[in-house]
Formats: sequence, C-alpha cells, structure tokens
Amino acid sequence: MANVSLRHVSKRFGEINAVRDLSMAINDGEFIVLLGPSGAGKTTTLRLITGLESPDEGLISIDGRDVTRDAPGTRDIAFVFQQYSLYPHLTVYDNLAFPLRSPARRVPEPVIRKRVEQTAELLHITSKLANRATKLSGGEMQRVAIGRALVRDPAIYLMDEPLSSLDAKLRAELRLELKRIQVELGATILYVTHDQVEAMTMASRIGVIRDGELLQLGTPREIYENPDDRYVASRLGTPSINLIPAHLIPHVAMPSATETIGIRTEHLRIAKYLQVDKANGGAIVGRVHRIEHLGDQNHIHLDYRGQMLVTLADPHAPLEAGQDVELQLVRPLYFDAAGRRIAATIH
Amino acid sequence: MAQIRVENLRKAFDQFTAVHDSNFTIENGSFFALLGPSGCGKTTTLRMIAGLELPTGGRILLDGEDVTFRRAAARDIAFVFQLFALYPHMNVEQNIGFPLKCQGMGRRETRERVLETAKLLRIEHLLSSKTSKLSGGDRQRVALGRAMVRRPKAFLMDEPLGALDAEFRQLMCGELRDLHDRIAATTIYVTHDQHEAMSMADRIAVMNAGRVEQIGSPQEIYDRPASMFVADFIGSPPMNFLRCDAGLDPDARAVKFKDVSIPIPELREQRPAGPLVLGVRPEHIRFSDPAPVRGRVFGAEYLGTTQIVTVTTEQGTVKARLPSSVPVQVGEIVGLSFRFDSLSLFDAQTGAAIQTISQESAHHG
Repeated sequence: MANVSLRHVSKRFGEINAVRDLSMAINDGEFIVLLGPSGAGKTTTLRLITGLESPDEGLISIDGRDVTRDAPGTRDIAFVFQQYSLYPHLTVYDNLAFPLRSPARRVPEPVIRKRVEQTAELLHITSKLANRATKLSGGEMQRVAIGRALVRDPAIYLMDEPLSSLDAKLRAELRLELKRIQVELGATILYVTHDQVEAMTMASRIGVIRDGELLQLGTPREIYENPDDRYVASRLGTPSINLIPAHLIPHVAMPSATETIGIRTEHLRIAKYLQVDKANGGAIVGRVHRIEHLGDQNHIHLDYRGQMLVTLADPHAPLEAGQDVELQLVRPLYFDAAGRRIAATIH
Repeated sequence: MAQIRVENLRKAFDQFTAVHDSNFTIENGSFFALLGPSGCGKTTTLRMIAGLELPTGGRILLDGEDVTFRRAAARDIAFVFQLFALYPHMNVEQNIGFPLKCQGMGRRETRERVLETAKLLRIEHLLSSKTSKLSGGDRQRVALGRAMVRRPKAFLMDEPLGALDAEFRQLMCGELRDLHDRIAATTIYVTHDQHEAMSMADRIAVMNAGRVEQIGSPQEIYDRPASMFVADFIGSPPMNFLRCDAGLDPDARAVKFKDVSIPIPELREQRPAGPLVLGVRPEHIRFSDPAPVRGRVFGAEYLGTTQIVTVTTEQGTVKARLPSSVPVQVGEIVGLSFRFDSLSLFDAQTGAAIQTISQESAHHG
C-alpha cells in the first residue's frame, strides 16, 4: 500500500471542466470516499489516477513517484467497477485467479492458490469457489468482483460505486464487510459514490465534490458537524439540513454577513407555544404541517413563514397537524451570500 | 370519492395461489398502502381492485356496490402505473386533458377541468410547456394530473416512485402526501419500500406469500408487529431477533438463554414451553456495563445524529442505534441493555407475536 497524491489536477472535455484544480493527499491505509452527484467529476478523478485519462494540468504521484505520464498498466492500481464484469465461463476460483495469471505478473500457481483462498475467506465465499460465476447471486458476484481486485496487493484500490447495483439489504451488509476488510488489510481505498450513507459509514475521510471542485475533505464527523459550505451541509444528513433565509429570523443574533441559517433537524427543537409569549415578541413560531411516522422517530414537517422545515420528534410525542409550536435553534450554522460558512463569533 | 371493501378476495393461477382470502376496508379519503416483497400478491390484489384481473373468489365493493366483475373502465378508478409515462408530442395541457378528450367532453369544460387540476398541483404556469422540457418532479405532477382530471372515485398506484433515486423519492413522498391532504382522494398505494409506506400511509397492510399478515397504522405496525415477518420488514435496520431455545422461566417473567436471563413484560396469553424469539428494535438498545447480554463490537456506522453499531453476541448479531456521541471501539467488549417495555416476543415455530401487557397498554393508551 502507498500514499497517493494529486496536485492541482485539472481535466477539460471540450467546454466542460470535469475536474478543476483538484489537490488531495490519500494516506497509506486510508479509506477516502469522494461524494457527489452524477457529473461532479468523481469518475473522471478515478480515471485520471488510473491513467485511463491524462490530466491537462497537475501532477499525480504514487508513493512519491510522479506517474502523471505513466501507462495505466505500470501504475500498480486495482479498479472495481460499478457493473461487476465477471468471466461467465470461468469458476469463481478462476475469476479470482485471473489477475494473478496475467503474463506480465508470472505468479507461481501455489502462490495464486494461497492468495485466492485467503481472499475467498475474507469475503466469505470459500464454499462458492468451484461454482460458475453465473450461478451466483448479485451480492456474491459483487463480492467476487471486489475479490478480484483484492487478490492483488496494489498501491491503491479505486472503486467506482461498486455497491450501487445491489438491493438495500445487501448494500448495507456489504458496506460493513468492505469496511472490515479494508481495516483488516490496511488497504488504501479511493471510493466514489453519490450515496451519503456509504460515505458516512465507511470513509476515514470524505471529499465532497461538485462541478469538478473539491469543496471539503474531512472525517465524516467534521463534514457533518462543521461543513465549510452550504452545499456540503445540505449533502449530508437525512432528512437534510434546514436552510432558512436569515431575514426571516429577525430576533436571533448572527454574524452580519449571514444570508442563510442552517439548522440540522436534530438541532431544531420544538416547544409548546403559549400565547402568553406573544407579548414579548421574541418567539419563533411555526405550525405543524404534517407528521411523518417512521417508527423509530417521527419527522415533523413545519411551516415557518412559508418555509418548510423538518425536525425530529419521539414517535409518541403529543403533536398534531395545525398546531403552533415554538422553535428553538440549537447550534445554528451561518452561511454568507456565496454559501460559505461564517464562523459563529457573536458577542 | 369512495370506500373500498375487499371481502375474502382470492386469486389462483393454476396451482399457485397468488392471493389468499384477503379482507380489508379502505375508508373514504384515506391513504392505504399495500406493502410487501416482490411476489407477495400486492400487485395482483391491486389489479383485481382495478378490474385488470378477475378474482377466483370473493368480492370487491366500491361504495357498497359490488363491482367484482365489472369492467375496469366502468369502475371509475384511476390507475397510475409509472408516473413518467407522458405523451411527448403533446404539451402539458393536452396531456392532462387527454382522458377527458377520449370521453368526448367539450372543449370548454375540458379546459376548465384541466385548469382546476393544474391549480391543485400548482403547475398552472406550465400548461403550455412541452413535456420534454419539464423537470422530473413536474413530469410526475403532470402524470398525476392526468389521473386526477377525471375525478375518479379512487387512485390506485403501483410503485409509482420505483424508478427514482433515493433523495428524489423522499421529496416525492412528501408531495404525494401533501396532494392527498388537499384532495382527500381514496388511495391505494402498492410498494415494496417500507419507508414509502410508513411515510405516506394512514394504514398499511403488510403482505407475505399471498396473505395479509397485519393491517394497522404505521406506528402500530412498527411498535407491535403481528409476526416476525412484519417486524423484519419494517424498520431500518430491522428488528433484532434473539432466539431462545430454553424458553420462559416458570413464572414467565423472563426469557432464559444459556446463562443469561432477560426480563420481559407480563404475558397475556397461555404459552406452552418451547423455543421463542425475543425481538428488540435497534433504538431500544443501550450500552451498559453490568448488562447480562455481552458481545464484541464488529463495526460502527456513523450516520450523523446516530450511529448503527453491530455487536456479535452469543445470542446472535445485534444492531443497535446509538447517539453518535457514544464512543465506540471496534473489537471492544460491551454489555447491552434492552428497553424492557418495548420488547417483542414471537413463537419460534410460527413466527406469530405473543401477546404481552405492554402491547395491550399501548393499544388502549
């Protein structure tokens, strides 16, 4: 395993800036997830690292060695694609052994056997080794596809939405498995996805990317609790953060450049609204629009001066649609007109 | 709008029974979800109500009137398949007005009805737009408008949001429910996605292998599942099951595992000795050093407000939902305590829920 670094990397396709001045260091043993919508430049970044694309500007290095102009085959990278492309005529064993049998590598057969068996054990597919690849379930196929990358010991594993074609239950299972395997192997992984749950649950650090630009790189907790940017704040968290135009909340002290106040659903508290409070004028009052029952908790949809806000409540809390409630903002985040975070230094 | 009643409804295809004697009533103006995995009979049930499939037995009543063998077109029900199927060569107004044109309605009246529908959906400003120029959400609204414009007695929807990505689906769930609150049309909504059903429905029927396993409000079904199937199907992560072969202790106030005993709410039914299953929801588990159930942390998944911690115990793998402020180390040994009054018990053989006092009090309270 190794360190991989990108310095000021840019890539254009005609008029489109697919990747803009992207700098990022991936440390040995880290699991980095690039999170962004389709078209954000995630896959292009992976392709630049593998050498399937070459950058217009910038440097890519692996373990301190500049590989920017090296051919893909010489970069010592393993790639897992979104669509598991197994060889249907081969057994699971032969599919896993395939990368090691490449004439360029010349791995002796006993070593191959050992690697394949170890990998199969890691992925819990030992009992399937003799099966044809086509006889597997979707989850097993994807395990084999991941396994085919894992049999090698490359500098870095690049994974392009490898779980997106699986159903929810399987995806949840494999998320946990993949994280366990990564920790066990001490593997360096760069993983791209548009699924925030995958990013939050697996990553050592998340890079939030939009329009080819890396907006923030940090641990899931840093990104969730301390977003640098309004977009980053809205990208993580379910339900997503409430964004309220600052002028709608006149009585709360906030930095002067504040354009938008961000308040996470768990930080928007509601309290019984007593008419008596009206006299002091300071209360922020919203109306319960709809109560969404999700079992473990309720999502309370509130109408506050025409803005729809969401907060969480205990499923057995006595609330009903149409009721007025007082809103309390705990730990609000302030964003300026450009969407950048303003540090909350109010005296 | 209408009440829909299904009595002993059954459908067999040769040897295979797709729907076993189903009974339920959908009250006028309510939003009813048929929820279950693929192949459970939910779509077949819906198609029989729509008149697209003839039942093998039983009756379907629309506002008290037997429509079991009436043709689909004569039932005054709108069936919404996929919310994106629009006519690409027509503009929004023509798309919405199409069903009325087919009925031979006059131009002026059609126009009025289309306008009224568009207002309800808040898409008046789009009436002259090409459908190909619309955003996904607006297309969906137009497709809904086409179903609404006939003012049918009920809407039947078959996985209308199935093709959408997760975030957009969530947004559309909110919209559909808001729309329902405005027009209060009786709606039957078929889905395999428990989140959609929980989020939108007044009542849910959970189906499994052609049978309705439970009917109730989302919260009832979540808090007091009638079977292990329902408990497993609802909730994410689903309910944890701890199989207990030793069964109950003599006074039935605890279940016994090999060397661990867990107190349970008082039973409300006589039970012979035998294996049973203790069910506990992930959010009803807390870390507690002195707790008798112990295990090793396998993984922790950070989700912002909360984290899902997977713990391997002697009794099986358990997933707990804890506040993300609780520090968790992979590999550490932890004790798990369960919220006593939220425990469920099931018969290990049949999977049926065993009645306890906390289920009762919840029911009447």
